[in-house]
Amino acid sequence: MKYFIKKFCTLIITLFIVSLLAFLAFQVIPGDPTTALLGTEATAEARQALRQELGLDQPVLVRYFDWLWNFLHGDMGTSYNYRMPVADMLSDKLPITAILTLMSFAFTVVLSIPLGIWAGSTKSRALDLGVTVLDQIVMSVPQFFLGMLACYVFGNIFRLFVPGNFVSYTVSWGACLGYMVLPALSIAIPRIAMTVKMLRSSIQTQLQQDYVRTSRSRGSGRSKILRRHVLKNALIPVITFLAVSAAEIMTGSIIVEQVFTIPGVSRLLLASISNRDFPVVQAIVVVVAAWIVIVNFVADLLYQLVDTRIRLR
Amino acid sequence: MKKRANVFLWAGGIISGLMLCIIILGYFWTPYDPTAMDPKAKFCAPCLSHLLGTDNFGRDIFSRVVDGAGTSFFIALCVVAIGCLAGILIGSLCGYYGGLPDLILTRVCDSITAFPAFLLALVIVTVAGPGTENIILALGILFIPSFARIVRSEFARCRELNYIKSARLMGAGGARIMFRHILPNTFPVLLSAVTIGFNNAVLSEASMSFLGIGIQPPYASLGSMLSDSQSFLHSAPWYALGTGGAIVLLILGFSLLSEGLQLKGQR
Repeated sequence: MKYFIKKFCTLIITLFIVSLLAFLAFQVIPGDPTTALLGTEATAEARQALRQELGLDQPVLVRYFDWLWNFLHGDMGTSYNYRMPVADMLSDKLPITAILTLMSFAFTVVLSIPLGIWAGSTKSRALDLGVTVLDQIVMSVPQFFLGMLACYVFGNIFRLFVPGNFVSYTVSWGACLGYMVLPALSIAIPRIAMTVKMLRSSIQTQLQQDYVRTSRSRGSGRSKILRRHVLKNALIPVITFLAVSAAEIMTGSIIVEQVFTIPGVSRLLLASISNRDFPVVQAIVVVVAAWIVIVNFVADLLYQLVDTRIRLR
Repeated sequence: MKKRANVFLWAGGIISGLMLCIIILGYFWTPYDPTAMDPKAKFCAPCLSHLLGTDNFGRDIFSRVVDGAGTSFFIALCVVAIGCLAGILIGSLCGYYGGLPDLILTRVCDSITAFPAFLLALVIVTVAGPGTENIILALGILFIPSFARIVRSEFARCRELNYIKSARLMGAGGARIMFRHILPNTFPVLLSAVTIGFNNAVLSEASMSFLGIGIQPPYASLGSMLSDSQSFLHSAPWYALGTGGAIVLLILGFSLLSEGLQLKGQR
Protein backbone atom coordinates (compact mmCIF):
# COMPACT_ATOMS: atom_id res chain seq x y z
CA MET A 1 0.00 0.00 0.00
CA LYS A 2 2.83 2.37 0.86
CA TYR A 3 4.34 1.47 -2.49
CA PHE A 4 1.07 2.29 -4.21
CA ILE A 5 0.81 5.71 -2.55
CA LYS A 6 4.40 6.50 -3.39
CA LYS A 7 3.93 5.56 -7.01
CA PHE A 8 0.64 7.42 -7.17
CA CYS A 9 2.30 10.62 -5.94
CA THR A 10 5.00 10.18 -8.58
CA LEU A 11 2.25 9.76 -11.17
CA ILE A 12 0.59 13.03 -10.20
CA ILE A 13 3.89 14.93 -10.13
CA THR A 14 4.95 13.51 -13.50
CA LEU A 15 1.60 14.41 -15.06
CA PHE A 16 1.97 17.92 -13.69
CA ILE A 17 5.49 18.33 -15.10
CA VAL A 18 4.50 16.86 -18.45
CA SER A 19 1.54 19.21 -18.78
CA LEU A 20 3.70 22.19 -17.83
CA LEU A 21 6.31 21.24 -20.44
CA ALA A 22 3.66 20.65 -23.09
CA PHE A 23 2.23 24.05 -22.29
CA LEU A 24 5.57 25.85 -22.30
CA ALA A 25 6.71 24.20 -25.53
CA PHE A 26 3.98 26.05 -27.36
CA GLN A 27 4.72 29.38 -25.66
CA VAL A 28 8.24 29.77 -27.01
CA ILE A 29 7.09 29.73 -30.61
CA PRO A 30 8.45 32.61 -32.59
CA GLY A 31 5.70 34.58 -34.26
CA ASP A 32 2.37 35.77 -33.02
CA PRO A 33 -0.70 33.54 -33.35
CA THR A 34 -2.73 36.66 -34.08
CA THR A 35 -0.74 37.18 -37.28
CA ALA A 36 -1.74 33.72 -38.41
CA LEU A 37 -5.39 34.40 -37.62
CA LEU A 38 -5.81 37.95 -38.85
CA GLY A 39 -3.17 38.07 -41.57
CA THR A 40 -0.29 40.53 -41.80
CA GLU A 41 -2.54 43.45 -42.73
CA ALA A 42 -4.45 43.55 -39.45
CA THR A 43 -4.53 46.74 -37.39
CA ALA A 44 -2.86 46.91 -34.00
CA GLU A 45 -6.25 47.41 -32.28
CA ALA A 46 -7.76 44.31 -33.85
CA ARG A 47 -4.71 42.34 -32.76
CA GLN A 48 -4.92 43.68 -29.23
CA ALA A 49 -8.62 42.77 -29.07
CA LEU A 50 -7.90 39.25 -30.25
CA ARG A 51 -5.02 38.87 -27.83
CA GLN A 52 -7.40 39.79 -25.04
CA GLU A 53 -10.02 37.38 -26.33
CA LEU A 54 -7.49 34.54 -26.48
CA GLY A 55 -6.07 35.53 -23.09
CA LEU A 56 -2.61 36.08 -24.55
CA ASP A 57 -2.10 39.29 -22.56
CA GLN A 58 -1.88 37.41 -19.25
CA PRO A 59 1.43 36.25 -17.72
CA VAL A 60 2.56 32.74 -18.70
CA LEU A 61 1.99 31.13 -15.31
CA VAL A 62 -1.54 32.52 -14.98
CA ARG A 63 -2.33 31.20 -18.42
CA TYR A 64 -0.87 27.81 -17.53
CA PHE A 65 -3.04 27.37 -14.46
CA ASP A 66 -6.10 28.65 -16.34
CA TRP A 67 -5.39 26.20 -19.09
CA LEU A 68 -4.76 23.32 -16.67
CA TRP A 69 -7.94 24.09 -14.72
CA ASN A 70 -10.01 24.17 -17.91
CA PHE A 71 -8.29 21.07 -19.26
CA LEU A 72 -9.17 19.09 -16.14
CA HIS A 73 -12.78 20.19 -16.60
CA GLY A 74 -12.85 18.91 -20.15
CA ASP A 75 -12.29 22.25 -21.84
CA MET A 76 -9.18 21.80 -23.99
CA GLY A 77 -9.23 25.27 -25.49
CA THR A 78 -10.44 26.59 -28.82
CA SER A 79 -8.96 25.76 -32.18
CA TYR A 80 -7.43 28.79 -33.91
CA ASN A 81 -8.50 27.58 -37.30
CA TYR A 82 -11.96 26.20 -36.84
CA ARG A 83 -13.01 28.44 -33.94
CA MET A 84 -14.51 25.43 -32.26
CA PRO A 85 -13.74 23.72 -28.92
CA VAL A 86 -10.87 21.26 -29.26
CA ALA A 87 -12.71 18.83 -27.00
CA ASP A 88 -15.56 18.60 -29.54
CA MET A 89 -13.13 18.06 -32.38
CA LEU A 90 -11.40 15.25 -30.50
CA SER A 91 -14.42 13.56 -28.97
CA ASP A 92 -15.32 11.46 -32.02
CA LYS A 93 -11.73 10.83 -33.13
CA LEU A 94 -9.94 9.99 -29.92
CA PRO A 95 -12.00 6.83 -29.17
CA ILE A 96 -11.08 5.41 -32.57
CA THR A 97 -7.36 5.91 -31.97
CA ALA A 98 -7.80 4.54 -28.46
CA ILE A 99 -9.49 1.38 -29.77
CA LEU A 100 -6.73 0.86 -32.33
CA THR A 101 -4.03 1.39 -29.71
CA LEU A 102 -5.63 -0.94 -27.18
CA MET A 103 -6.26 -3.58 -29.81
CA SER A 104 -2.68 -3.65 -31.04
CA PHE A 105 -1.42 -3.60 -27.47
CA ALA A 106 -3.64 -6.60 -26.72
CA PHE A 107 -2.27 -8.39 -29.78
CA THR A 108 1.27 -7.61 -28.66
CA VAL A 109 0.77 -9.02 -25.16
CA VAL A 110 -1.33 -12.03 -26.15
CA LEU A 111 0.89 -13.14 -29.01
CA SER A 112 4.36 -12.21 -27.82
CA ILE A 113 4.37 -13.79 -24.36
CA PRO A 114 3.50 -17.37 -25.43
CA LEU A 115 5.77 -17.08 -28.47
CA GLY A 116 8.59 -15.73 -26.35
CA ILE A 117 8.24 -18.47 -23.76
CA TRP A 118 8.21 -21.07 -26.48
CA ALA A 119 11.22 -19.57 -28.24
CA GLY A 120 13.11 -19.22 -24.96
CA SER A 121 12.52 -22.74 -23.72
CA THR A 122 12.98 -24.68 -26.94
CA LYS A 123 15.98 -26.97 -27.02
CA SER A 124 16.17 -27.19 -30.78
CA ARG A 125 19.11 -25.16 -32.07
CA ALA A 126 17.73 -24.88 -35.60
CA LEU A 127 14.45 -23.52 -34.25
CA ASP A 128 16.28 -21.05 -32.06
CA LEU A 129 18.31 -19.77 -35.00
CA GLY A 130 15.17 -19.61 -37.15
CA VAL A 131 13.37 -17.50 -34.55
CA THR A 132 16.34 -15.17 -34.16
CA VAL A 133 16.70 -14.60 -37.90
CA LEU A 134 12.96 -14.12 -38.42
CA ASP A 135 12.90 -11.71 -35.49
CA GLN A 136 15.66 -9.58 -36.98
CA ILE A 137 13.90 -9.37 -40.34
CA VAL A 138 10.45 -8.59 -38.93
CA MET A 139 11.88 -5.92 -36.62
CA SER A 140 13.32 -4.12 -39.64
CA VAL A 141 9.96 -3.63 -41.38
CA PRO A 142 8.44 -0.22 -40.56
CA GLN A 143 4.83 -0.37 -39.37
CA PHE A 144 3.52 1.78 -42.19
CA PHE A 145 5.16 -0.39 -44.83
CA LEU A 146 3.69 -3.49 -43.19
CA GLY A 147 0.31 -1.76 -43.29
CA MET A 148 0.70 -1.03 -46.99
CA LEU A 149 1.68 -4.64 -47.66
CA ALA A 150 -1.42 -5.77 -45.75
CA CYS A 151 -3.57 -3.38 -47.80
CA TYR A 152 -2.09 -4.71 -51.01
CA VAL A 153 -2.22 -8.41 -50.16
CA PHE A 154 -5.57 -8.57 -48.35
CA GLY A 155 -7.24 -5.62 -50.06
CA ASN A 156 -6.07 -5.77 -53.66
CA ILE A 157 -5.20 -9.43 -54.21
CA PHE A 158 -7.54 -11.39 -51.94
CA ARG A 159 -10.19 -8.65 -51.84
CA LEU A 160 -11.03 -9.44 -48.22
CA PHE A 161 -11.66 -5.79 -47.36
CA VAL A 162 -11.77 -2.43 -49.07
CA PRO A 163 -8.98 -0.17 -47.82
CA GLY A 164 -10.52 3.12 -46.74
CA ASN A 165 -14.00 1.72 -46.21
CA PHE A 166 -13.95 2.29 -42.45
CA VAL A 167 -17.10 1.73 -40.41
CA SER A 168 -17.29 3.73 -37.21
CA TYR A 169 -18.02 2.02 -33.91
CA THR A 170 -21.13 4.17 -33.59
CA VAL A 171 -22.59 2.30 -36.58
CA SER A 172 -21.45 -1.22 -35.93
CA TRP A 173 -18.95 -2.48 -33.36
CA GLY A 174 -18.32 -5.72 -35.24
CA ALA A 175 -17.47 -4.10 -38.56
CA CYS A 176 -15.36 -1.48 -36.83
CA LEU A 177 -13.29 -4.01 -34.89
CA GLY A 178 -13.07 -6.24 -37.97
CA TYR A 179 -11.62 -3.41 -40.02
CA MET A 180 -9.10 -2.67 -37.29
CA VAL A 181 -7.61 -6.17 -37.10
CA LEU A 182 -5.13 -5.61 -39.94
CA PRO A 183 -4.02 -2.12 -38.85
CA ALA A 184 -3.65 -3.36 -35.29
CA LEU A 185 -1.56 -6.31 -36.45
CA SER A 186 0.61 -4.06 -38.63
CA ILE A 187 1.41 -1.98 -35.58
CA ALA A 188 1.83 -4.97 -33.31
CA ILE A 189 3.96 -7.33 -35.41
CA PRO A 190 7.29 -5.43 -35.18
CA ARG A 191 6.68 -4.90 -31.44
CA ILE A 192 5.89 -8.61 -31.06
CA ALA A 193 9.19 -9.49 -32.71
CA MET A 194 11.04 -7.20 -30.29
CA THR A 195 9.21 -8.55 -27.24
CA VAL A 196 9.82 -12.16 -28.30
CA LYS A 197 13.53 -11.44 -28.71
CA MET A 198 13.65 -9.83 -25.30
CA LEU A 199 11.66 -12.54 -23.47
CA ARG A 200 13.65 -15.26 -25.20
CA SER A 201 17.02 -13.93 -24.07
CA SER A 202 15.59 -13.17 -20.63
CA ILE A 203 14.38 -16.76 -20.19
CA GLN A 204 17.63 -18.19 -21.51
CA THR A 205 19.62 -16.14 -19.02
CA GLN A 206 17.38 -17.28 -16.18
CA LEU A 207 17.62 -20.94 -17.22
CA GLN A 208 21.39 -20.78 -16.66
CA GLN A 209 21.01 -19.55 -13.08
CA ASP A 210 21.96 -21.75 -10.13
CA TYR A 211 18.45 -21.92 -8.72
CA VAL A 212 17.28 -23.76 -11.84
CA ARG A 213 20.01 -26.38 -11.42
CA THR A 214 19.15 -26.75 -7.75
CA SER A 215 15.47 -27.33 -8.50
CA ARG A 216 16.36 -29.76 -11.24
CA SER A 217 18.58 -31.73 -8.89
CA ARG A 218 15.76 -31.85 -6.35
CA GLY A 219 13.60 -33.55 -8.93
CA SER A 220 11.34 -30.78 -10.24
CA GLY A 221 10.19 -31.11 -13.83
CA ARG A 222 11.44 -28.73 -16.46
CA SER A 223 8.06 -27.23 -17.25
CA LYS A 224 7.26 -26.76 -13.57
CA ILE A 225 10.49 -24.86 -12.99
CA LEU A 226 9.75 -22.77 -16.03
CA ARG A 227 6.26 -21.89 -14.85
CA ARG A 228 6.90 -21.48 -11.14
CA HIS A 229 10.34 -19.90 -11.01
CA VAL A 230 11.89 -18.85 -14.29
CA LEU A 231 8.91 -17.04 -15.73
CA LYS A 232 8.46 -14.78 -12.72
CA ASN A 233 12.02 -13.56 -12.98
CA ALA A 234 12.09 -13.43 -16.74
CA LEU A 235 8.92 -11.35 -17.02
CA ILE A 236 10.22 -8.39 -15.02
CA PRO A 237 12.30 -6.78 -17.80
CA VAL A 238 9.56 -7.66 -20.27
CA ILE A 239 6.98 -5.63 -18.33
CA THR A 240 9.24 -2.58 -18.60
CA PHE A 241 9.57 -3.20 -22.28
CA LEU A 242 5.82 -3.61 -22.77
CA ALA A 243 5.25 -0.30 -21.01
CA VAL A 244 7.62 1.36 -23.49
CA SER A 245 5.81 -0.49 -26.27
CA ALA A 246 2.47 0.94 -25.19
CA ALA A 247 3.88 4.38 -25.84
CA GLU A 248 5.33 3.40 -29.19
CA ILE A 249 2.09 1.73 -30.20
CA MET A 250 0.18 4.95 -29.66
CA THR A 251 2.47 6.81 -32.04
CA GLY A 252 2.37 3.79 -34.35
CA SER A 253 -1.42 4.09 -34.46
CA ILE A 254 -1.14 7.70 -35.56
CA ILE A 255 1.07 6.66 -38.49
CA VAL A 256 -0.84 3.54 -39.49
CA GLU A 257 -4.18 5.37 -39.40
CA GLN A 258 -2.92 7.28 -42.42
CA VAL A 259 -2.25 4.04 -44.29
CA PHE A 260 -5.68 2.54 -43.68
CA THR A 261 -7.45 5.95 -43.77
CA ILE A 262 -8.94 5.46 -40.33
CA PRO A 263 -10.56 8.70 -39.13
CA GLY A 264 -8.68 8.88 -35.83
CA VAL A 265 -6.71 11.80 -34.44
CA SER A 266 -3.98 11.36 -37.04
CA ARG A 267 -5.37 13.52 -39.82
CA LEU A 268 -6.50 16.22 -37.41
CA LEU A 269 -3.05 16.26 -35.84
CA LEU A 270 -1.27 16.54 -39.20
CA ALA A 271 -3.61 19.24 -40.46
CA SER A 272 -3.16 21.18 -37.23
CA ILE A 273 0.62 20.93 -37.50
CA SER A 274 0.67 22.35 -41.01
CA ASN A 275 -1.87 25.06 -40.07
CA ARG A 276 0.04 25.84 -36.90
CA ASP A 277 -3.17 25.31 -34.95
CA PHE A 278 -1.40 24.98 -31.61
CA PRO A 279 -4.27 24.35 -29.16
CA VAL A 280 -5.20 21.19 -31.08
CA VAL A 281 -1.63 19.87 -31.25
CA GLN A 282 -1.16 20.74 -27.59
CA ALA A 283 -4.30 18.86 -26.53
CA ILE A 284 -3.34 15.75 -28.51
CA VAL A 285 0.21 15.79 -27.16
CA VAL A 286 -1.04 16.08 -23.59
CA VAL A 287 -3.50 13.22 -24.05
CA VAL A 288 -0.81 10.97 -25.56
CA ALA A 289 1.65 11.95 -22.82
CA ALA A 290 -0.94 11.22 -20.12
CA TRP A 291 -1.52 7.80 -21.62
CA ILE A 292 2.22 7.07 -21.55
CA VAL A 293 2.60 8.21 -17.94
CA ILE A 294 -0.41 6.18 -16.83
CA VAL A 295 0.86 3.05 -18.60
CA ASN A 296 4.16 3.43 -16.78
CA PHE A 297 2.26 3.73 -13.51
CA VAL A 298 0.37 0.51 -14.23
CA ALA A 299 3.67 -1.18 -15.12
CA ASP A 300 5.08 -0.14 -11.75
CA LEU A 301 2.09 -1.72 -10.02
CA LEU A 302 2.48 -4.89 -12.06
CA TYR A 303 6.11 -5.25 -10.99
CA GLN A 304 4.97 -5.47 -7.48
CA LEU A 305 2.59 -8.29 -8.32
CA VAL A 306 5.25 -10.25 -10.18
CA ASP A 307 8.20 -9.41 -7.98
CA THR A 308 7.20 -9.48 -4.34
CA ARG A 309 10.68 -8.34 -3.33
CA ILE A 310 9.74 -4.79 -4.31
CA ARG A 311 7.10 -4.68 -1.55
CA LEU A 312 9.82 -5.01 1.06
CA ARG A 313 11.53 -1.80 0.01
CA MET B 1 27.43 -18.13 -29.83
CA LYS B 2 30.65 -16.73 -31.26
CA LYS B 3 29.86 -18.39 -34.57
CA ARG B 4 26.42 -16.86 -34.56
CA ALA B 5 27.82 -13.42 -33.80
CA ASN B 6 30.07 -13.76 -36.83
CA VAL B 7 27.17 -14.86 -39.03
CA PHE B 8 25.21 -11.75 -37.98
CA LEU B 9 28.20 -9.49 -38.48
CA TRP B 10 28.89 -10.90 -41.95
CA ALA B 11 25.27 -10.77 -43.10
CA GLY B 12 24.84 -7.25 -41.72
CA GLY B 13 28.16 -6.15 -43.16
CA ILE B 14 27.31 -7.42 -46.63
CA ILE B 15 23.83 -5.86 -46.69
CA SER B 16 24.91 -2.49 -45.27
CA GLY B 17 28.08 -2.51 -47.36
CA LEU B 18 26.07 -3.01 -50.55
CA MET B 19 23.55 -0.35 -49.58
CA LEU B 20 26.36 2.05 -48.70
CA CYS B 21 28.13 1.47 -52.02
CA ILE B 22 24.91 2.13 -53.95
CA ILE B 23 24.15 5.24 -51.87
CA ILE B 24 27.64 6.68 -52.27
CA LEU B 25 27.62 5.90 -55.98
CA GLY B 26 24.17 7.53 -56.10
CA TYR B 27 25.60 10.85 -54.94
CA PHE B 28 27.58 10.99 -58.19
CA TRP B 29 25.69 8.87 -60.68
CA THR B 30 22.23 7.28 -61.02
CA PRO B 31 21.01 5.37 -64.11
CA TYR B 32 18.49 8.14 -64.84
CA ASP B 33 18.01 11.64 -63.53
CA PRO B 34 15.80 11.05 -60.44
CA THR B 35 13.62 14.04 -61.34
CA ALA B 36 13.48 13.55 -65.13
CA MET B 37 9.90 12.87 -66.22
CA ASP B 38 9.03 10.80 -69.24
CA PRO B 39 5.33 10.92 -70.17
CA LYS B 40 5.75 8.02 -72.58
CA ALA B 41 6.96 5.68 -69.86
CA LYS B 42 4.37 6.07 -67.09
CA PHE B 43 3.93 3.06 -64.79
CA CYS B 44 6.38 0.78 -66.55
CA ALA B 45 6.63 -2.54 -64.74
CA PRO B 46 10.16 -3.47 -63.62
CA CYS B 47 12.27 -4.48 -66.58
CA LEU B 48 15.92 -4.34 -67.64
CA SER B 49 15.95 -0.67 -68.57
CA HIS B 50 14.00 0.35 -65.45
CA LEU B 51 15.09 -2.01 -62.67
CA LEU B 52 12.24 -1.08 -60.31
CA GLY B 53 9.85 0.28 -62.94
CA THR B 54 8.66 3.86 -63.26
CA ASP B 55 6.18 6.00 -61.32
CA ASN B 56 3.19 8.15 -62.27
CA PHE B 57 5.40 10.76 -63.97
CA GLY B 58 7.51 8.19 -65.78
CA ARG B 59 10.45 8.77 -63.42
CA ASP B 60 12.80 5.85 -62.91
CA ILE B 61 12.04 4.42 -59.45
CA PHE B 62 15.44 2.83 -58.95
CA SER B 63 17.19 6.16 -59.44
CA ARG B 64 14.69 7.82 -57.12
CA VAL B 65 15.13 5.14 -54.46
CA VAL B 66 18.91 5.57 -54.60
CA ASP B 67 18.51 9.33 -54.36
CA GLY B 68 15.95 9.08 -51.54
CA ALA B 69 18.06 6.57 -49.65
CA GLY B 70 20.94 9.04 -49.94
CA THR B 71 18.81 11.73 -48.29
CA SER B 72 17.61 9.38 -45.55
CA PHE B 73 21.14 8.15 -44.95
CA PHE B 74 22.54 11.67 -44.75
CA ILE B 75 19.87 12.74 -42.26
CA ALA B 76 20.36 9.65 -40.10
CA LEU B 77 24.11 10.23 -40.14
CA CYS B 78 23.74 13.85 -38.99
CA VAL B 79 21.22 12.87 -36.31
CA VAL B 80 23.48 10.18 -34.89
CA ALA B 81 26.49 12.52 -35.06
CA ILE B 82 24.69 15.23 -33.08
CA GLY B 83 23.22 12.77 -30.60
CA CYS B 84 26.45 10.86 -30.14
CA LEU B 85 28.84 13.82 -29.75
CA ALA B 86 26.58 15.78 -27.42
CA GLY B 87 25.74 12.55 -25.59
CA ILE B 88 29.43 11.79 -25.05
CA LEU B 89 30.05 15.30 -23.73
CA ILE B 90 27.11 15.31 -21.31
CA GLY B 91 27.47 11.67 -20.34
CA SER B 92 31.18 11.88 -19.63
CA LEU B 93 30.91 15.04 -17.52
CA CYS B 94 27.97 13.61 -15.55
CA GLY B 95 29.53 10.21 -15.11
CA TYR B 96 32.97 11.48 -14.15
CA TYR B 97 32.09 14.33 -11.83
CA GLY B 98 28.73 13.11 -10.50
CA GLY B 99 26.98 15.25 -7.91
CA LEU B 100 23.78 17.23 -8.19
CA PRO B 101 24.04 18.23 -11.90
CA ASP B 102 24.45 14.55 -12.69
CA LEU B 103 21.33 13.67 -10.70
CA ILE B 104 19.23 16.33 -12.41
CA LEU B 105 20.47 15.56 -15.93
CA THR B 106 19.93 11.85 -15.42
CA ARG B 107 16.34 12.43 -14.35
CA VAL B 108 15.73 14.71 -17.34
CA CYS B 109 17.24 12.14 -19.71
CA ASP B 110 15.13 9.39 -18.17
CA SER B 111 11.93 11.32 -18.64
CA ILE B 112 12.79 12.26 -22.23
CA THR B 113 13.53 8.67 -23.17
CA ALA B 114 10.20 7.58 -21.68
CA PHE B 115 8.47 9.36 -24.56
CA PRO B 116 8.65 8.19 -28.14
CA ALA B 117 11.18 10.29 -30.09
CA PHE B 118 8.59 10.58 -32.80
CA LEU B 119 6.08 12.40 -30.59
CA LEU B 120 8.62 14.89 -29.30
CA ALA B 121 10.00 15.47 -32.79
CA LEU B 122 6.42 16.22 -33.82
CA VAL B 123 6.21 18.96 -31.20
CA ILE B 124 9.54 20.47 -32.26
CA VAL B 125 8.58 20.39 -35.93
CA THR B 126 5.22 22.02 -35.11
CA VAL B 127 7.04 24.79 -33.34
CA ALA B 128 9.96 25.21 -35.74
CA GLY B 129 8.28 24.23 -38.99
CA PRO B 130 9.15 21.29 -41.24
CA GLY B 131 12.33 21.13 -43.29
CA THR B 132 15.52 19.11 -43.50
CA GLU B 133 17.54 21.15 -40.96
CA ASN B 134 14.73 21.17 -38.44
CA ILE B 135 14.24 17.41 -38.72
CA ILE B 136 17.95 16.83 -38.19
CA LEU B 137 18.02 19.20 -35.23
CA ALA B 138 14.83 17.84 -33.65
CA LEU B 139 15.84 14.19 -33.94
CA GLY B 140 19.46 14.96 -33.06
CA ILE B 141 18.47 16.62 -29.78
CA LEU B 142 16.10 13.78 -28.94
CA PHE B 143 18.82 11.20 -29.51
CA ILE B 144 21.19 12.85 -27.02
CA PRO B 145 19.72 11.24 -23.85
CA SER B 146 20.08 7.66 -25.06
CA PHE B 147 23.77 8.18 -25.80
CA ALA B 148 24.35 10.25 -22.67
CA ARG B 149 22.90 7.48 -20.51
CA ILE B 150 25.17 4.81 -21.95
CA VAL B 151 28.29 6.96 -21.72
CA ARG B 152 27.41 8.10 -18.21
CA SER B 153 27.06 4.59 -16.86
CA GLU B 154 30.36 3.54 -18.41
CA PHE B 155 32.14 6.58 -16.98
CA ALA B 156 30.61 6.08 -13.55
CA ARG B 157 31.82 2.47 -13.62
CA CYS B 158 35.35 3.30 -14.76
CA ARG B 159 35.82 6.29 -12.45
CA GLU B 160 36.85 4.22 -9.47
CA LEU B 161 38.93 1.62 -11.30
CA ASN B 162 42.58 1.36 -10.36
CA TYR B 163 44.09 2.48 -13.64
CA ILE B 164 42.13 5.72 -13.44
CA LYS B 165 43.23 6.23 -9.84
CA SER B 166 46.84 5.75 -10.85
CA ALA B 167 46.45 8.13 -13.77
CA ARG B 168 45.11 10.67 -11.30
CA LEU B 169 48.05 10.06 -8.97
CA MET B 170 50.39 10.70 -11.85
CA GLY B 171 48.83 14.13 -12.12
CA ALA B 172 46.67 13.70 -15.20
CA GLY B 173 43.94 16.31 -15.51
CA GLY B 174 40.22 15.63 -15.69
CA ALA B 175 39.93 16.17 -19.44
CA ARG B 176 42.90 13.92 -20.16
CA ILE B 177 41.56 11.12 -17.99
CA MET B 178 38.07 11.41 -19.43
CA PHE B 179 38.90 11.53 -23.10
CA ARG B 180 42.25 9.77 -23.25
CA HIS B 181 41.76 6.98 -20.72
CA ILE B 182 38.07 6.31 -20.18
CA LEU B 183 36.47 7.22 -23.51
CA PRO B 184 38.26 4.57 -25.62
CA ASN B 185 36.92 1.94 -23.21
CA THR B 186 33.35 2.94 -23.99
CA PHE B 187 33.78 2.43 -27.74
CA PRO B 188 32.51 -1.17 -27.90
CA VAL B 189 29.26 -0.25 -26.13
CA LEU B 190 29.02 3.01 -28.01
CA LEU B 191 29.43 1.28 -31.37
CA SER B 192 26.38 -0.89 -30.89
CA ALA B 193 24.46 2.11 -29.57
CA VAL B 194 25.40 4.00 -32.73
CA THR B 195 24.04 1.26 -34.98
CA ILE B 196 20.78 1.08 -33.03
CA GLY B 197 20.55 4.87 -33.01
CA PHE B 198 21.12 4.94 -36.74
CA ASN B 199 18.20 2.57 -37.26
CA ASN B 200 15.92 4.61 -35.04
CA ALA B 201 16.93 7.73 -36.91
CA VAL B 202 16.15 6.17 -40.29
CA LEU B 203 12.82 4.93 -38.96
CA SER B 204 11.82 8.22 -37.31
CA GLU B 205 12.72 10.27 -40.38
CA ALA B 206 10.88 7.84 -42.65
CA SER B 207 7.77 7.98 -40.43
CA MET B 208 7.78 11.77 -40.37
CA SER B 209 8.34 12.09 -44.09
CA PHE B 210 5.66 9.48 -44.67
CA LEU B 211 3.22 11.69 -42.77
CA GLY B 212 4.33 14.72 -44.79
CA ILE B 213 5.91 16.62 -41.90
CA GLY B 214 9.49 15.57 -42.66
CA ILE B 215 11.45 16.23 -45.81
CA GLN B 216 9.55 18.66 -48.00
CA PRO B 217 9.31 18.53 -51.81
CA PRO B 218 11.19 18.91 -54.16
CA TYR B 219 13.58 16.80 -52.03
CA ALA B 220 12.58 13.17 -51.73
CA SER B 221 13.35 10.71 -48.96
CA LEU B 222 12.29 7.09 -48.76
CA GLY B 223 9.44 7.95 -46.40
CA SER B 224 7.89 10.61 -48.60
CA MET B 225 8.22 8.38 -51.67
CA LEU B 226 6.47 5.56 -49.86
CA SER B 227 3.67 7.95 -49.01
CA ASP B 228 3.40 8.96 -52.71
CA SER B 229 3.36 5.34 -53.79
CA GLN B 230 0.35 4.64 -51.60
CA SER B 231 -2.08 6.09 -54.15
CA PHE B 232 -0.78 3.69 -56.80
CA LEU B 233 -0.72 0.57 -54.66
CA HIS B 234 -3.20 -1.08 -56.98
CA SER B 235 -1.93 0.05 -60.39
CA ALA B 236 1.82 0.07 -59.63
CA PRO B 237 2.61 -2.13 -56.62
CA TRP B 238 6.32 -2.17 -57.57
CA TYR B 239 6.57 1.50 -56.57
CA ALA B 240 5.70 0.74 -52.95
CA LEU B 241 7.60 -2.56 -52.88
CA GLY B 242 10.82 -1.06 -54.25
CA THR B 243 10.75 1.92 -51.91
CA GLY B 244 9.68 -0.03 -48.83
CA GLY B 245 12.18 -2.78 -49.64
CA ALA B 246 14.98 -0.20 -49.63
CA ILE B 247 13.94 1.01 -46.15
CA VAL B 248 13.82 -2.56 -44.87
CA LEU B 249 17.27 -3.40 -46.27
CA LEU B 250 18.79 -0.20 -44.89
CA ILE B 251 17.45 -0.97 -41.41
CA LEU B 252 18.05 -4.73 -41.58
CA GLY B 253 21.74 -4.34 -42.42
CA PHE B 254 22.43 -2.16 -39.41
CA SER B 255 20.22 -4.15 -37.06
CA LEU B 256 22.12 -7.34 -37.96
CA LEU B 257 25.39 -5.49 -37.35
CA SER B 258 24.26 -4.27 -33.94
CA GLU B 259 22.98 -7.73 -32.99
CA GLY B 260 26.31 -9.24 -34.01
CA LEU B 261 28.24 -6.62 -32.04
CA GLN B 262 26.11 -7.25 -28.96
CA LEU B 263 26.55 -11.03 -29.16
CA LYS B 264 30.28 -10.52 -29.57
CA GLY B 265 30.36 -8.21 -26.57
CA GLN B 266 28.67 -10.80 -24.35
CA ARG B 267 31.48 -13.33 -24.68
